[in-house]
Amino acid sequence: MVTGLINANPVVYERKERHLRSSPVVIDEYAVEPIDQLEIFEHVRDIKDPEHPYSLEELKVVTEDSIELDDQQSYVRVTFTPTVEHCSMATVIGLCLRVKLMRSLPSRYKVDIRVAPGTHATEAAVNKQLNDKERVAAALENPRLLEMVDECLAATYI
Amino acid sequence: MEFPKGELDLREMQSLEGHNDRVWSLAWNPASGAAGVPAMLASCSGDKTARIWKQGPSGSFDCMVRSEPLLIGAVLEDAHMRTVRSCAWSPCGKLLATTSFDATTAIWEQIGSDFECISTLEGHENEVKSVSWNASGSLVATCSRDKSVWIWEMQSGKEFECVSVLQGHTQDVKMVQWHPLIDVLVSVSYDNTIKVWAEDGDDDWHCVQTIDEACSGHSSTVWALSFNESGDKMVTCSDDLTLKIWDTSGTPSESSDDAPRSWRHVYTLSGFHDRTIFSVNWSREGVIASGAADDAICLFVESKEKMDEPFYSLVMKKEKAHAMDINSVQWNPKNPRILASASDDGTIKIWELAEISG
Repeated sequence: MVTGLINANPVVYERKERHLRSSPVVIDEYAVEPIDQLEIFEHVRDIKDPEHPYSLEELKVVTEDSIELDDQQSYVRVTFTPTVEHCSMATVIGLCLRVKLMRSLPSRYKVDIRVAPGTHATEAAVNKQLNDKERVAAALENPRLLEMVDECLAATYI
Repeated sequence: MEFPKGELDLREMQSLEGHNDRVWSLAWNPASGAAGVPAMLASCSGDKTARIWKQGPSGSFDCMVRSEPLLIGAVLEDAHMRTVRSCAWSPCGKLLATTSFDATTAIWEQIGSDFECISTLEGHENEVKSVSWNASGSLVATCSRDKSVWIWEMQSGKEFECVSVLQGHTQDVKMVQWHPLIDVLVSVSYDNTIKVWAEDGDDDWHCVQTIDEACSGHSSTVWALSFNESGDKMVTCSDDLTLKIWDTSGTPSESSDDAPRSWRHVYTLSGFHDRTIFSVNWSREGVIASGAADDAICLFVESKEKMDEPFYSLVMKKEKAHAMDINSVQWNPKNPRILASASDDGTIKIWELAEISG
């Protein structure tokens, strides 16, 4: 797979400091812990780009600010920015984000994934596909695609 | 038809558990639930099985048959075990069709108390998303992500032969449904359109009408449709968060001055669901039920207040009817106060439409 990289030389950014959460003195394990933007970011920042040995954070495909969250309404929207406008990997990246959140968040959550407005040539088509759960379900039954997704997600489970 | 005027509620009678993954689709056996035959409900799931639930003497439903994943693909040479996406009973209630992401449609026959796979319909290139029997039970329509709609004819000996492959949609076809009385087929698609298909008298099937956004149609994926009992109205639901009612009493044709009686838009219901509406079903008593990704079920009826033009209104919204997306809502054809719903939460719920007294 040496030939035909969609974006052969992506700009790589520095990773943000990991926030260390201070543990509360009294731990009530039954208390409902609200989910925040940072927690969602922690779930997705280390997803590996399908083409490069860099994380989505390092390529600025996702940032903390690209996550909108309403924990009360159990709603999250992740807006990602493909590295190039014609990135054919955009749907794979979107699928990785969706699968990671599907596996990490409580089932009450509704998740929308979209490419940042104006950052992709076929934005509407990519968004429609990523938010059609029947297509997502079928894609995840495709062993090759699932293997690709799992490879990108591997680093997020460490 | 007059519907109770009092305040209505959907009362949960039972939650059926057994599927290990999201439940995609439901179908009531049309020959069950009356004349001493217990009500029978088929369900299918991402767990790659179909189940058949039967109402016992106590009134509660139990799983009667659970198809093993292997059975669904058993006759395939390279059987892939994939999601069972939809199911439909033949009008006589003796045959059940199930479609799968494995590109096949299986026909099951009840033999004694068991169901056996008697035929497999192969031809679609990929995921088969929906199946429907025509009124007489002689024709079966299927549709797929391969953008085509296939019509199959049942031969003697319950063999199925493809009689037509309908091309026209530009994206996956989400659902097919025959008109309840005549051999007119409707398909709805990810390409945002509704297409109506009819035979030209020469065994050839053609698209006779396409309803797109320009004809007051939907602006995003159309997920499902349902006819009313007499077939003179149809309702569709979409990712655009609306439900649309269509007058289907005329002859479907591309609308023009020459075709004033083509199928036409009557009413748009919007603002009731705030995520994709996956399923809609019109009861024998005229109540439209919708199920959506906002976990809610809505019920609508035609209002008789304005006599000059049709008008539809919400009668109730059941918030959090399920813990996750609702993929299918189906009224019992024999008892139109009983509704079944299926969800991503893996359960099927049986609801009773009841009047709140006082």
